[in-house]
Amino acid sequence: MSLRQKRNDLKKRMQEAFKGGGEQATEKQKASGKMTARERILELLDADTFHEYDLFVKHAGVDFDMDKKYLPGDGVITGTGTINAWPVCIFAQDFTVAGGSLGYMHAKKITKIMDQAMKMKVPLIGINDSGGARIQEGVNSLAGYGEIFYRNTQASGVIPQISVILGPCAGGAVYSPALTDFVFVVDKISKMFITGPEVIKTVLGEEISMEDLGGARVHAEITGNAHFFAESEKECFEQIKKLVSFIPWNNEKTAEPFPKKAPKSRQYKIDHIFPVNQMQPYDVRDIIKAICDDSDFFEVHELWAANIVVGFARLDGQTVGFVANQPLVLAGVLDVDSSDKAARFIRFCDAFNIPLVTLVDLPGYLPGVDQEYAGVIRHGAKVLYAYSEATVPKMTVILRKAYGGGYIAMCSHHLRADFVFAWPTAEIAVMGPEGAANIIFRNEIKASDNPEETRKKLIEDYRQKFANPYVAAAFGYIDAVIEPTETRDFLIHSLSIAANKAEARPKKKHGIPPF
Amino acid sequence: MDIENPAPEYHLFNFEEGNFSTTLTKKFMNRKPYIVPDPKKVFAFIPGTIVKVFVKEKHKVKKGDPLLTFQAMKMNNILSAPMNGKIKKINVKAGETFNRAQILVEFV
Repeated sequence: MSLRQKRNDLKKRMQEAFKGGGEQATEKQKASGKMTARERILELLDADTFHEYDLFVKHAGVDFDMDKKYLPGDGVITGTGTINAWPVCIFAQDFTVAGGSLGYMHAKKITKIMDQAMKMKVPLIGINDSGGARIQEGVNSLAGYGEIFYRNTQASGVIPQISVILGPCAGGAVYSPALTDFVFVVDKISKMFITGPEVIKTVLGEEISMEDLGGARVHAEITGNAHFFAESEKECFEQIKKLVSFIPWNNEKTAEPFPKKAPKSRQYKIDHIFPVNQMQPYDVRDIIKAICDDSDFFEVHELWAANIVVGFARLDGQTVGFVANQPLVLAGVLDVDSSDKAARFIRFCDAFNIPLVTLVDLPGYLPGVDQEYAGVIRHGAKVLYAYSEATVPKMTVILRKAYGGGYIAMCSHHLRADFVFAWPTAEIAVMGPEGAANIIFRNEIKASDNPEETRKKLIEDYRQKFANPYVAAAFGYIDAVIEPTETRDFLIHSLSIAANKAEARPKKKHGIPPF
Repeated sequence: MDIENPAPEYHLFNFEEGNFSTTLTKKFMNRKPYIVPDPKKVFAFIPGTIVKVFVKEKHKVKKGDPLLTFQAMKMNNILSAPMNGKIKKINVKAGETFNRAQILVEFV
């Protein structure tokens, strides 16, 4: 054959493979509001940067008449490209080809691109849209999943791993996103569960729809498996691009610096946001926006455990991770879910050299039998572990209440925060005035002629004496008491001082966090 | 991307330190209040089908004695007595299916 004939032959093979599962399957995919796999990759990555690999991989199934079938690319598209000129490795499962089911070669393609991402030290993005294991290939499908999970774990903390759930992701398959760093879901399109509605009905007799069991909203609001929630696939891709701009390519780099920008001080004035009355709530996100560059705060896990706020922002062009109690929801208490949310975010920032800024305003931990039985002890300990273990620069600003265990847990001086600042409104004490009255002054109040009056007076005395930052400052547990408007300046200065921070930790294979 | 509440409802959240004005989460408002479990009523942890019942009414059993076996999750599970006592009532018999809310055996 001449060169021209060979080139035409290549074009023909590629066209054949690009058809995917055929016109009918592609129409069905579009009719359910979903983009095709190739479209998704091209939409997410920068224009003309996607290079595809392993297009001509053939599936390895022989049983059940599989050898007679041609599955283009074996149902998955893998390759490399760039997002905002930053390199990424990406794979997208093709639901039109055999339902996107995972067979031996399908998994091999994915593990190959995962190995590439590990070797080249670039982020890995996985678009999941699959019916699950290919039953015709039997145990080879399970082997495929196992290899993927192992690599997810090896890559964890080395390169950022992002999972995008744009279809069903059920049974064993859903453990791959669970092992990655960030999970994106889209309303009405994502479905994640271990056992589906049919199995639950057969075994337990409980009836529930797929959307109610494992839809996008369920995971964004109730289970916390999803970090980001979008209403459409396009919105989801915008979120991914934004996330990638905040995080470094791998654990040996810091995130790309951006041009320095002042916060939108006309829109967010700390003096106006922060209430005078101690019992009044405020949105701590407004405080964050009043501090960070361009008031650009990218929140993670926005809809789950809303009583704590975590997310990325920039200070003088440098990415930082914010962890802040949210007085607007449940008075900002720490509980099972919020502890998990905070601990996971802290560990991600520590793994990828992102400094941590903690804003403290909490009355304590949420009381309740359901909390205790759910193991709030174990889960609360995760926050303490994560903060103590982190060696990135840690800055803490105590805004208002910081009582008891909550004071310690929110990155106090004792968990080796590098700089701890307090506002004049800070109340740092072992317990609040009301709680103190019930314990310390109990006898005095009982013995007095007018218990109500005495109680009020003693509470006021306690408040004057202890509900302030100066008692803690007297011991050096607070580095400085600062004006709220000085916060940004102090934080930026601390960041510059801590730029080359080197803190030793005892040598060990790894600790045992209270999982 | 907002939380679905168009206007957040502020509640007075009673805490040790006083009453804080704040919003509450759905999970918090839907939490089940704690009911002290009655050890005399024996439930199964999962729906299933009774295979064999070992005890009869007025039987005296010791803690840990097998009361019945039931089939669930591809296995024959043994339901043991949680306390020493006398059986008051057995609500099921071999071959019957039951769900999680059903009391299977009652103690005096």
